[in-house]
Amino acid sequence: MPLILDHVCQIYNADTETPVKALDDVNLVIPEGQFIGVIGHTGSGKSTLIQHMNGLILPTSGSVYFNGRDITDKDFDKKELRKHVGLVFQYPEHQLFETDVFEDVCFGPKNMGMSKKETELAAFEALRKVSFPEDLYYASVFELSGGQKRRAAIAGVLAMKPDFLILDEPTAGLDPVGRCEILDMVSELHRSAGITIILVSHSMEDVAMYVERVIVMDKGRVAYDDVPREVFSHSEELEQMGLAIPEPAKITRELLKRGFDVDPGVLTSSEAADSIYKALTKNR
Amino acid sequence: MIRDITIGQYYQTKSVIHRLDPRVKLLGTLLFIIALFTYNNPVGYIIGIIFLCTVIKLSHVPFKFITKGLKGIILILCFTVLINLFLTPGTPIIAFWKITITYEGLAVAFSMILRLTMLIMGSSIVTLTTTPNNLTDGLEKGMGFMKIFRVPVGDVAMMMSIALRFIPILLEETDRIMKAQLARGADFESGNIVKKAKALVPVLVPLFVSAFRRAGDLAMAMEARCYRGGDGRTKMKPLVYKKRDAIAYIILFTFVIVSIWLGRWSVITDFFRSIYMNLFGCPL
Repeated sequence: MPLILDHVCQIYNADTETPVKALDDVNLVIPEGQFIGVIGHTGSGKSTLIQHMNGLILPTSGSVYFNGRDITDKDFDKKELRKHVGLVFQYPEHQLFETDVFEDVCFGPKNMGMSKKETELAAFEALRKVSFPEDLYYASVFELSGGQKRRAAIAGVLAMKPDFLILDEPTAGLDPVGRCEILDMVSELHRSAGITIILVSHSMEDVAMYVERVIVMDKGRVAYDDVPREVFSHSEELEQMGLAIPEPAKITRELLKRGFDVDPGVLTSSEAADSIYKALTKNR
Repeated sequence: MIRDITIGQYYQTKSVIHRLDPRVKLLGTLLFIIALFTYNNPVGYIIGIIFLCTVIKLSHVPFKFITKGLKGIILILCFTVLINLFLTPGTPIIAFWKITITYEGLAVAFSMILRLTMLIMGSSIVTLTTTPNNLTDGLEKGMGFMKIFRVPVGDVAMMMSIALRFIPILLEETDRIMKAQLARGADFESGNIVKKAKALVPVLVPLFVSAFRRAGDLAMAMEARCYRGGDGRTKMKPLVYKKRDAIAYIILFTFVIVSIWLGRWSVITDFFRSIYMNLFGCPL
């Protein structure tokens, strides 16, 4: 069941003197099983893009197909779409509302029409998948730390058992440890449960470490759509879009310019370290 | 749907009305509303409509934008019309079963529609053409005389400007939370009123929490910058009356006097007629 965006355009405030073209002719195919990173500068259309994927915003022109059906059709069941395509917004902890964590996680599956037993099972499973501490299942959401709240909120979407999971800046406002934990957890979901993950971020570092495909958004258009190594080789263009390539890649690029024999395509710090070590030992 | 509310919104463009001193606009609205409720013949309404249309035309705000604000009061409008239509005593036009529609009822209902729509349109013109900052500046200065009665005008103005500033923020927040809950399968549209009201709990709870959080943050930020009450604060751009404001005042007062005079003319003539009748015992 791939998700297809076909010539999607979105114009905000079309009836005023200052219309904003948020998406401009976006064409994407998202097959099942991929781990995709969407990056772009603030206002590049990332958030608008992902909201098209589960029908929260309908395109001004163009169409979105899920499972071979146009989601803009009148008789298309958007609830069904939202069950398959889970969307976790930025700062998802702000949308927690129930008296305790478990109840809140139950909200999604209950809306999907699952029975009480199914709902509770799904909630337990989701909370376990995000490795939420067991003794806090029935704690009030106000007693939790920032990272725990975020896990609870992600579990709330995961409990609907989506095939696609879209996360909008899941690491925003977390400390470095919390960021790593959340990203590791997302990566684990992709590996073990086979969920298609779309990770939206403005941080190249986050994306480079985990994803297998990078979509770069710039001014509402898809600027690049390729494997990370290919995308990061366009470092100058990316910098013009206000995006910095990952620190390790930057360092090796700089070293290459100064005559060291290093691999310019590295993405993570451990790869960079290996490459630099090799270059240094070879020179000796 | 949340974006349909235009009351309190500002429409960015350049026009004479935008450049007018906010005090002129505020007093203008007040006088316009008073005038509206004094009319009792069509001449007054016609002058009122011509005046309103001229102001709208001068303001360069699209007509569509202004009528959008009417959507919110459509229920109140229907209610008043029905009450007036059926419950005003007088000469009946149609009468069947227990329902009687009188000539007077029709007239009152019709004038009620005109009054309410013109009232809403007139006041939305002010907020559409005045930035919230300017509006509160105007109120602060215009209400300055209240200081004699120990009314803390500065503080009230500060509260107003904060409240106005928060309207778009909270609207945006509501929009975001609604979308987030929609993504979890919430349903705000189907069902009866009780079900719809219940469906709003997942939106209202997080909204209140975030409003309190924002208020706390703002108070902290204001204290950190040594805010000590609104009295005696100086302005970067103090309000100064210009020539066009004087002209606007002249036009405004002319309109109000002429329209009230013509709009209530029949009452005045009737009044004199009855005096004549009492004095001389025969009609004029």
